[in-house]
Amino acid sequence: VSELVAHLDFSAVFHLSRLFHLATPSLGAASSATDLGLWGLLIAVIAGAHKVGTPFLFVSLGECITEKSGRVNLGLEGTLVMGAMTGFAISYKTGSPWVGVLAAAGVGAVLGAIHAAICNLPRVNYIAVGISMMLFGMGLAFYLGKPYIQPSAPKLPALNLGFWSSIEQIQDALRINALFVVGVVLAPFLAWVLKNTRWGLILRLAGESEEAAAAMGYSVPRIRLIATAVGGALAGVGGSYLSLYYPGSWSEQISSGQGLMAVALVIFARWSPVRCLFASLLFGGVGTLGVAMQGQNLTSASVAYLWFAAPYVLTLLIMVITCSRLRAMVGAPAELSRVQ
Amino acid sequence: MNGRTLAETLSITICALLASLVIFGVFMFAFAHVRPNDLFYWMYIGAFGTKFSWQYSLTRAAPLILAALCTALPARLGLIVIGGEGSLALGGLAAAGTGLLLAGHSPYTIQFGMAGAACVGGGLLILVCGGLRYWRGVNATISSLLLAYIAIYVFDFLVEGPMRDPASLNKPATYPIPPEAMLGPMFGLDVHWGLAYGVVACVLAWILMDHTTFGFAARMAGGNMRAAQAAGLPVGRLILVTCALGGAAAGLAGMVEVAAVHRQANASLIAGYGFTGILVSFIARHHPLGIIPAAVLFGGLGAASGIMQRRLLIPDASVQVLMGIMFVMILLSESLYGRLRIFQPREVREVVVPA
Repeated sequence: VSELVAHLDFSAVFHLSRLFHLATPSLGAASSATDLGLWGLLIAVIAGAHKVGTPFLFVSLGECITEKSGRVNLGLEGTLVMGAMTGFAISYKTGSPWVGVLAAAGVGAVLGAIHAAICNLPRVNYIAVGISMMLFGMGLAFYLGKPYIQPSAPKLPALNLGFWSSIEQIQDALRINALFVVGVVLAPFLAWVLKNTRWGLILRLAGESEEAAAAMGYSVPRIRLIATAVGGALAGVGGSYLSLYYPGSWSEQISSGQGLMAVALVIFARWSPVRCLFASLLFGGVGTLGVAMQGQNLTSASVAYLWFAAPYVLTLLIMVITCSRLRAMVGAPAELSRVQ
Repeated sequence: MNGRTLAETLSITICALLASLVIFGVFMFAFAHVRPNDLFYWMYIGAFGTKFSWQYSLTRAAPLILAALCTALPARLGLIVIGGEGSLALGGLAAAGTGLLLAGHSPYTIQFGMAGAACVGGGLLILVCGGLRYWRGVNATISSLLLAYIAIYVFDFLVEGPMRDPASLNKPATYPIPPEAMLGPMFGLDVHWGLAYGVVACVLAWILMDHTTFGFAARMAGGNMRAAQAAGLPVGRLILVTCALGGAAAGLAGMVEVAAVHRQANASLIAGYGFTGILVSFIARHHPLGIIPAAVLFGGLGAASGIMQRRLLIPDASVQVLMGIMFVMILLSESLYGRLRIFQPREVREVVVPA
């Protein structure tokens, strides 16, 4: 009994609370940094756009594919955290960060496939399944990831596009990770696949009209299974970026809700992969604004919290402006509004 | 809910929970080499095995019951609200602020004021969510989540900025409320009055949703909103009132945590009760009375986490894995409803479909 008394603190069970505390390590504000005034703010925001924005990019592309097939996966937060853990652990064990990224994609695909398989059963609420997969993925990642909290694993390489400058902040802002480049190429490629290939057409058909796809002889549950698995794989890659590049280590506080934001981002980008790219950059930049302003002494630590809320306010405003109770949103796959 | 559906719900739910315990047992045996009998013995001891663990489990259940109502009430209207965590934070903050403003009044006045302010604070957040759903067609799940994020950042801003007690150095917090205004233990037990708040709120919610015309109209709108509108029901008012009540319940959970546990509003308030509440609500199938046992069960699991960690040397995330498995199994079991023959009415069973 006395053992229990010793443990009367109310923080043990759920780690979800930490979703709400944005992990914001300093954005390259080293002691030897040159004082650039307001330019420093701009440079810090540019650095944040791609550094913080890359995981947003991968989860939103993944969610975009899933939603195009007519289903929402709200569980990408769990996939992201699981991807971060797997990527880090495999990179640590094999010594190759790219094997880690691949493993994270594989785990993400499995989690996505589980989500899709459960949602394919009758009478199951996909929103609830998403929340449950989020809990399950995070719990599993925290459980399996315990041994990897201390060690450091080989990191993903970055391109130094800022080699021409002697100013440290500019070098830092232009140090671009290879995965970001992959994402930048992937976004227009996915848009092209969705628009021009047979696969893309079938996927969009399943998202626009289940009956039409069935009448054409395609299995809608199978299309959605594949789409959700691919979406999960991308979210897993996004997670591996977190643990293998920025912030660059595995901890239980690694994600700050990027996976949850995916759904909002896709709405913000109105279901276009290319717009997902710009939306992710914007969210990355805006998310950095609070810390960057604090670095410039433009705001106090407490006011910075209000800046952290900016991406959420932005998404909500966009939704309020573009939604209507009379019709579905422009660009939304028709099947999504049917399930409401 | 008649006897047959109650039996169906209970047996399917219990089977799903047992199945998740079996899966968890296999998982722990495979990954941590913990023998199932040790695992379940310590889980039972930590949750409900002693008088002390019962009291601790019930203490943890109190905010869960209230937070679960935030999902359960709007669910009757077909809205899945997952912003309870935000409502809880705002409610706790409003309660702490009011408790400080009313210092010097009688303890009951202070408690009443704190509860009222918490209900208003938490209710407003979900009211906005319901309003956006009704007037602008914004998906309630997403908007409640975004609003919860915004609410928690506002909470952080106020607790670390304007409302901060300068004496709270390492862990920013508001000034503590007057000690005489704290919620005391019930009937000599080591369980505070927040539990009674939760049980009363559930009974009231049950009466409202299952035994009044308001509840009937709400359930009808939940079944088919267009049909309800065509029938002349005030759908907008139903949505707004139900959402506000749900948010108020979660806000009250924040007040209970401030007034019975922390004495002040700080980051400890945001401990995941809002999120666990979603789970509790789903396990109770959004039935207000079902929430009470479901919350006690989850309160117990949370209470058992500590002793399991120390006795079995397993990570604290183990209970979280179990909760995740339980949630998945409960959702899987949804597709069993109406399929088990013994729970079907006889007339339906005997219908013969001509070949």
